[in-house]
Amino acid sequence: MNNAADTIMIFLVLTNLTLLGLSRLGTCIRIVAVQGVVLGLLPLLLNGWSLELHLVFFSAAIISLKGIVFPWLLTRALRDLKTQREVEPLIGYGTSIALGMVILVICMWLGSRLPLPVAAMSTLIVPVAFFTIMSGLFLIISRKKAVTQVLGYLVMENGIYTFGVALVQKQPVLVELGILLDVFVAVFVMGITMFHINREFDHIDTDQLSRLKV
Amino acid sequence: MIYALLLIPAIAAVLSLIVRSNIFRRIILVTAAVSHTVITITAWNKEANPLLNGWLMLDKPGLLFLTITSVLFLACSLYAFGYLAGESGRKEQDFEEGIFFTNAPAAIFCACLLAFLTTMTLVTVSQHFGLMWVAMEATTLASAPLIYFHRHHRSLEATWKYLLICSVGIALALLGNFFMVIAASAPESNDKSMILSVLLQQGHLLNVPWLKAAFLLFLVGYGTKMGLAPMHTWLPDAHSESPSVVSALMSGALLNCAFLGILRSYQVCLAAGLGRFCQDLLVLFGLISIGWAAVFILGQPDYKRMLAYSSVEHMGILALGVGIGAGATFGAMLHAVNHSLTKAMLFLAAGNILAVYKTKTTKRVSGIMTIMPATGIIWIAGFFAITGIPPFGIFLSEFTIVKSMIEQGRIGIAVAFLAILALIFIGMAIAFLNMAQGRKDDSLQIADNPDTAISVLPPLALGALTLMLGLYIPPVVNNLLHDVAVIMGGY
Repeated sequence: MNNAADTIMIFLVLTNLTLLGLSRLGTCIRIVAVQGVVLGLLPLLLNGWSLELHLVFFSAAIISLKGIVFPWLLTRALRDLKTQREVEPLIGYGTSIALGMVILVICMWLGSRLPLPVAAMSTLIVPVAFFTIMSGLFLIISRKKAVTQVLGYLVMENGIYTFGVALVQKQPVLVELGILLDVFVAVFVMGITMFHINREFDHIDTDQLSRLKV
Repeated sequence: MIYALLLIPAIAAVLSLIVRSNIFRRIILVTAAVSHTVITITAWNKEANPLLNGWLMLDKPGLLFLTITSVLFLACSLYAFGYLAGESGRKEQDFEEGIFFTNAPAAIFCACLLAFLTTMTLVTVSQHFGLMWVAMEATTLASAPLIYFHRHHRSLEATWKYLLICSVGIALALLGNFFMVIAASAPESNDKSMILSVLLQQGHLLNVPWLKAAFLLFLVGYGTKMGLAPMHTWLPDAHSESPSVVSALMSGALLNCAFLGILRSYQVCLAAGLGRFCQDLLVLFGLISIGWAAVFILGQPDYKRMLAYSSVEHMGILALGVGIGAGATFGAMLHAVNHSLTKAMLFLAAGNILAVYKTKTTKRVSGIMTIMPATGIIWIAGFFAITGIPPFGIFLSEFTIVKSMIEQGRIGIAVAFLAILALIFIGMAIAFLNMAQGRKDDSLQIADNPDTAISVLPPLALGALTLMLGLYIPPVVNNLLHDVAVIMGGY
């Protein structure tokens, strides 16, 4: 058992549940940013704070991207779009949290079914990573606004990243950077598309993007 | 050689952003396409050296899918040469709703097309699972602006769906990547890298439950991109709203690249002795896709969407063929080639029809044969080819798959497969024949013969290739297809 790793995992669970119940978009963006920063510290922590150049560089890249660049992009988009600052869920906040709890239980069960062949820092890693991924997916499908869908995508990415950093120590640098670059460009392109959606429709409610059917 | 394949389109993409003259830009596009194809063909004779410690290598499956991509891109770039002359940056009135919109500038369009080629090439040459993932996500990002070429709200909707659904799907494939790393991290194995050849050598050491989960995630993740039902929902929108050149490339080249991603993980599962498990899943998804597509093809009012659903159907056939295994694997590989050629030909012809009739509604198009005979012939030939009528190539590949099903005693699947194909034939026959024949609408104002060499020859060449593959498969191609089939656990 590693206390610090466990704490981070529990922190992740709590932030996910908060996201499911929050109504203010600005706060949601900030919470996802905090999640990003904490995750950025994870690789350093897991290696016992040994300050290897590669690790520090990687951590710095993640923190600046997930903690600063993405929130900045999204906040700017929100300001420019002049949309209402509310999440507008298709499924209510209370129900969302309740469903979140159900998903958490399922993820715990799933985590117990897939024992790791290698020793992990914390037994919570697998279920929490699953839970974060599922929370992200849930946010994507249950919220109206394009911004929230991008947030959901980021939360899901955070979950996958948790999994990757915590269990897969030896990813080559090239791949790590490639993944980060892809995610960055994805959010960037989504941001541009969101801008166009707003200009074209005067709103970013994706549930009204429904002309193309059958 | 691999560097040249990657660098030529990448440099051309940058150049086409810098260059100011429109005609020069289109020349760059075609030159890059031609040189890419030439290098690909030389790769058939001379094996390319592995690069970067084996991260980049052109193995047999990679070569097959690279060739498909390259040939299609050549045909599409020639077609785009004519297409861009009239379309880019123009203000237009929308056919369906009468709203006004502009097209994206040609510079962005050409640059994205070339970047798209670069990323697809990278998918086919990467041997490292992580690198392949990076390339796969990059194809999504490079092609998203292409769908939004006609800047109106329907294409925007299609772009958003494409971006979000594919990004989420591919994120799941990333999780699959991590699962595979865990499966490969047994203490006995000394080389834990994610390079395909290493994983294949150490197949027996892989952790089975994690590998199973990894394959499932790859299948769902890359399957989203490949257009397997029920993850295909972005596909009809994106294919119907993007310019026909882009639809042709996405349908013929991009979907195949995603299929290659699934095949790579299938190779690893085969090495670990999980062939049966994966095959059952592939058969299941294949049948769902074919059936789902049939439901939507019957009575489909929009002919570009009909072609898109037909892509879902044929991707299902590819998955089904590999899932059946044995001789059907060869059939599936041949089918990948045939489907790409035929579908690209049909989408390019659909582009010609759309340019003249200015509608995507099947009912409002009639008399193509009288107005534009060359396109009409391509349209009819394409219909026969895509529904698997002899002597076209798809007949041969579908026949091979069915034959293998019967040999293995899987009669139920064979009967279901043939019945669905018959339904699809009926659905497509009504639409295609009504469009090609009948009298032309007198209210339509058009020039004498809207067919031009540049709009007819590329689809015609693709059609000739698939016709040739139906009558005679050159020994070189045959050998390659067999080698790939053997690698994928069949013959």
